[in-house]
Amino acid sequence: MGTNLDIKVHHLTRVEGHGDIVVNMRDGVLEKARLEIVEAPRYFEAMLKGRNFHEAAIITSRICGICSLGHQMTSFKATEQALGLEVSEQTVLLRKLLVHGATIQSNVLHALFLAAPDFLKVGSVFPLVGTHPEVVKAALRMKRLANDIGEVISGRAVHPISCVPGGFTQLPSAKSLAVLRERLEQQMLPDLVFAADVVATLAGEIPDFTRETEFISLRSDDDYALYDGDICSTDTGRVPDREYRRMSNEFIVPHSTSKHCKVNRSSYMVGALARWNNNHDRLCPEALGVAAKLGLKPGCHNPFMNTVAQVVESVHCCLDAMAVLDRLLAAGIRDEVPNQDPTRHGTGIGATEVPRGILYHEYTYDRQGRITAANCIIPTGQNLANIDDDMVKLVPEVVDRGEAAIAHLLEMLVRAYDPCISCSVHMLDVKFTR
Amino acid sequence: MANKPRVGIFDFTGCEGCELNQLNFEDQLLDILEHVEIVEWREAMDGRAESLDIAFVEGALSTPDCIKRIHEIRRKSKVLVALGACAVQGGINALKNIRPIEQVREEVYGQDKYLFPTLPALPLSAVVKVDVNIRGCPMTQLEFLKVFTALVMGKAPVEPGNAVCTECKLKDNECVYEKGMICLGPVTRAGCDAQCPTFGQYCTGCRGLVPEPNVEAMEEILVAHGLSMDDARKKLQMFNANQLEGVS
Repeated sequence: MGTNLDIKVHHLTRVEGHGDIVVNMRDGVLEKARLEIVEAPRYFEAMLKGRNFHEAAIITSRICGICSLGHQMTSFKATEQALGLEVSEQTVLLRKLLVHGATIQSNVLHALFLAAPDFLKVGSVFPLVGTHPEVVKAALRMKRLANDIGEVISGRAVHPISCVPGGFTQLPSAKSLAVLRERLEQQMLPDLVFAADVVATLAGEIPDFTRETEFISLRSDDDYALYDGDICSTDTGRVPDREYRRMSNEFIVPHSTSKHCKVNRSSYMVGALARWNNNHDRLCPEALGVAAKLGLKPGCHNPFMNTVAQVVESVHCCLDAMAVLDRLLAAGIRDEVPNQDPTRHGTGIGATEVPRGILYHEYTYDRQGRITAANCIIPTGQNLANIDDDMVKLVPEVVDRGEAAIAHLLEMLVRAYDPCISCSVHMLDVKFTR
Repeated sequence: MANKPRVGIFDFTGCEGCELNQLNFEDQLLDILEHVEIVEWREAMDGRAESLDIAFVEGALSTPDCIKRIHEIRRKSKVLVALGACAVQGGINALKNIRPIEQVREEVYGQDKYLFPTLPALPLSAVVKVDVNIRGCPMTQLEFLKVFTALVMGKAPVEPGNAVCTECKLKDNECVYEKGMICLGPVTRAGCDAQCPTFGQYCTGCRGLVPEPNVEAMEEILVAHGLSMDDARKKLQMFNANQLEGVS
């Protein structure tokens, strides 16, 4: 007689939002292995309908606290394209700095607070305060500094205040930026190198699992694409962002309040590992050195390595943030007001890399500058089908380990994707009829 | 301290930004952990607890399952703290309440709407007794620390009832209306140190309306500054749709 398995992990811990893992195997035949999304639907369309362009980002940033900066950036880009609002180079550079800060804060939170406890065999970061105080303190220092970037430039790291469509309501002083530059070099860089060394000691614990899949991220000629770029697939190459619907194809499944996505295969992956596979040639030498140390190679199809890719790109974000600050400081901070005079009213698309992967917002505005249609496609929603496919391949490979060990491994798998479930259940995909 | 208070942190419908702000206490987190034992926090740790001294609860109630879970949390907790605008007022989620619920569900899920049950987004206080409110979207760390310290010391936290305008005056901020913008500072509860006006934005009302707000006068001011009555109402509804309808 074959194996029977009946696994149900209710409200998976150490992830953002509410999800259950469900596995059923009867007589060695896998009947079900999937992540069920049970987060309460949010219905953001009711919040956006008829709202003017000043309010779109204030509302959509509330889709998710962890990704609030990413939602704002993507929202601004969509609104600015729809209304024909040009922004200055200074605005773009300040936004890139904010993206670097948010990426480092989120990656450090995930790698050291949410994922590391699995590799150190504890249930949370709290026991590590006693056993690994230097790691916890370094992680807190990095998070503090990454959040300070948000506070200095936008007033607040969670739901930023001063960034608006067209620019900033208030600009940081050159002095405060110089202090950030100094702290990035003196504190962040050594802490990141230390964190990479810690992760290197745990690298042997990373499960050896491979499933070939498609990876989608932004790609740019100029840099390691985070704020802007074309949509790039490891299967089919680059296309402009206006083709985002074809590159995501949302569909409803009954076991998830978040919609699923697929393009060229039954599923695809977005996030740090997708960015690494598409854009490793755009990383700075220091980040590539850390990748080599951690055994991360181009064309990696092990989803558990996503956490490693997050550490690698954090090193790049830190160094690029320093370079961006050098440019800003060399040019001097120009006193400028946000450009909020629309030159057209139509549809605009924003595509941005947020920590968990590629994020799309699309808005259509009427002549009064009010939203008539909106669509957001969220990284975690795009990853859900890929997670389910991973589970279906992984469970039979480890079936002899017993239910508890399998459940734990599946929890680690889901956590490796750093899912943001509140985001994925934003429920905003409608055309309004008036 | 012999017996550290047992603390749990819970989340319902919301963005988990307030919880994230708790993990963002980089400078104080280790001190906080000296004074309490965190026994349940799904976002950060494994495990469930049977009884709690203090429950911090984030998010609005918006599904049948939420109602069941908040009753369970209330039953096992001595003190229940509503954390952030979603828990205190229903927050931005309550914007869905002002449109017919069937229409909202159909627009999002089409013919599959019955797969996912939903209710109007409610503040915790609409369903269970709430002992303390920590307001804001997101809550400010300063206010959380004040309430936290009071509770650990066994004292009753004080909730501000004055308007955001008073805090702007204390900070010598230029009035937002003087800049040609509108602002909800006159009817919004203080306690945020007028954070948004200080950073060049207008007050969006995230902390809820002051006790006995003069909503009509506020609407008149907004209209006098160029908004239509409909837009004035929409501005006020952003974080306070429930309170304007008499819920919370």
